[in-house]
Amino acid sequence: MLRYIGKRFLLILPTIFVPLIMVFLLLRLSPGDPAGMILGDQATAEQIAALRAELGLNEPLGVQFVIWLKNIVTLDLGNSLFFRDPVVEIIPRYAGVTVGLATIALVLAILIAVIAGSFSALKRNSIVDRSIVTTTVLGISVPEFWFALILVFVFAVTLRWLPVAGYTPPSAGIIAWGTSIALPALALGIRQSALMTRMMRSSMLDVLGEPYITTARAQGLPEHVVIGRYAMKTAAIPVVTVVGLSAGYMLGGTVAIEIIFALPGLGRLLVEAVARRDFPVVEGGVLAISLILAALNLIIDIIYAIIDPRIRYK
Amino acid sequence: MQDRTNPPNPGLDGDDKEIVVVTKPVWQRLLANPTAVISVLCLMVLVLGSVFANAVAGSDPLRINPSIRFKPPSFEFPFGTDNLGRDMFKIVLHGGKTSLLVGAVVTIISMTVATVLGLLAGYYRRVDMFLMRFVDGLMSFPAIVLATAMTGYLGPSVGTVVTSLSIVLIAPSLRVVRGQVLVVRELQMIEAARAVGVPTMRIFTKYILPAVSSPILVQASFIFSAAILSEAALSFIGLGIGSEDISWGNALTESRNYVSRAPWIVMFPGLALMLAILALNLLGDALRDVLDPKLARRR
Repeated sequence: MLRYIGKRFLLILPTIFVPLIMVFLLLRLSPGDPAGMILGDQATAEQIAALRAELGLNEPLGVQFVIWLKNIVTLDLGNSLFFRDPVVEIIPRYAGVTVGLATIALVLAILIAVIAGSFSALKRNSIVDRSIVTTTVLGISVPEFWFALILVFVFAVTLRWLPVAGYTPPSAGIIAWGTSIALPALALGIRQSALMTRMMRSSMLDVLGEPYITTARAQGLPEHVVIGRYAMKTAAIPVVTVVGLSAGYMLGGTVAIEIIFALPGLGRLLVEAVARRDFPVVEGGVLAISLILAALNLIIDIIYAIIDPRIRYK
Repeated sequence: MQDRTNPPNPGLDGDDKEIVVVTKPVWQRLLANPTAVISVLCLMVLVLGSVFANAVAGSDPLRINPSIRFKPPSFEFPFGTDNLGRDMFKIVLHGGKTSLLVGAVVTIISMTVATVLGLLAGYYRRVDMFLMRFVDGLMSFPAIVLATAMTGYLGPSVGTVVTSLSIVLIAPSLRVVRGQVLVVRELQMIEAARAVGVPTMRIFTKYILPAVSSPILVQASFIFSAAILSEAALSFIGLGIGSEDISWGNALTESRNYVSRAPWIVMFPGLALMLAILALNLLGDALRDVLDPKLARRR
């Protein structure tokens, strides 16, 4: 098991570094002087020269890369050009919100998918099945930021069940936090939930046709044991494999969702940093999202190896 | 038995080497597929609507007319008017032009690059190692975040959106093309061609490319829908095409402040967007069913 974890760990390194390298190259290779871009039109030549020196832009690209890599590994990301605080201190304040939101959305999506997908497969070709399948087709095509606006209209404006926007930290009460994060999580989870439901249904149909299910039934096991313990567990394996990919999509989705619901998360920080040309924060945000994703993928891989022992020995 | 350790990932498993005899041309088989027909019709309505937006809805969609602010949908304004008194019907039709055009251009660029790189990666093992690690890194990372960062450096404009989306959408297609090439290169026809001394370039264009064209076509329709969606998301957060142009995503940016007062401003651009994405997704599914019956999804 340890060897397996070690191997997975090596494989996630590209996940962390490829986006960062792209950001590194973008800043250095994009047309125009990055220092001039950061400082804006009113900057004097001295200011630009000083910033160029501070950012190390006068070195050759190879040297810059080595210095940059060393800074990344030692988490020395510099100071925000806007907040003036070190980037390493700013990022964690925002990351918690995003991780909480994405986790709730992911759990919600998996729950809906496992239940709806299994149900759909068990009642194959019934009206319920057809409507679930149709809903998934619609769900895959709905833009989450638009769905979020519709949710706001229905649940916040018309029914007044939940707040329109705003964030309550978990420290102020778990229920208050839950209500502030319910609509964003639902909006964020809808597409992935639809994709996973489709997958769960198709894999459940496969499993239900397996001889071991017939055997279990022939032995007189109650149906809920056959389905719950034997069929659903096996059928959920393909769904677990895509959770990592789904988490990636969701972290991307948080950008628009956090803006709509005014949540102080990483996505919003990133967009604001881009607008302010606060490049150290942009780099830090990309790094944070890579790290979150890598950690999540590692956790998923381990869970995966636990529920499906065949994986470990490959 | 199916190998359940992999997700149902059509096109990546190299188990289908049977030769399928095609009797009817593709378009005839597509015509017999109701999903394909409906989705193509939907797309045609959207494309024609935006191409002939001037004739259908009138020109100058961005003209402000304060005397008719927040009018609900009526005979005169089928989609109502927005906070500045602009006709939403015009905005949706004219916005479609940008959305569909950006989607099409991004699809063409990213699919072309992905096809070339996919052919190389699938055929030459050494290129493969390097390229696929890169693709792994790109794939797992949210495209929108990367595109957001890119817009930061390049500034919001149609050109930036096209560039950044083309780059981030190469990865998924590259993986599909490469997977197909890995299967095809093992076929006997390739070995035979090599044995009789067919130049490598010709093997690519005459043997491998035609064999992998179906999955490329299927993938293209999914990339098209992903491109439209991503452009909309970027424009929605204000980092897309800039405020001088209109697109469906752009039209939703301001509307979100008027959800309670004038829900139709939110409704119609979103519906158009969803219809385009839905039609493209269904078309992709239908194409897959028609072109590659062995990969057809379960009904």
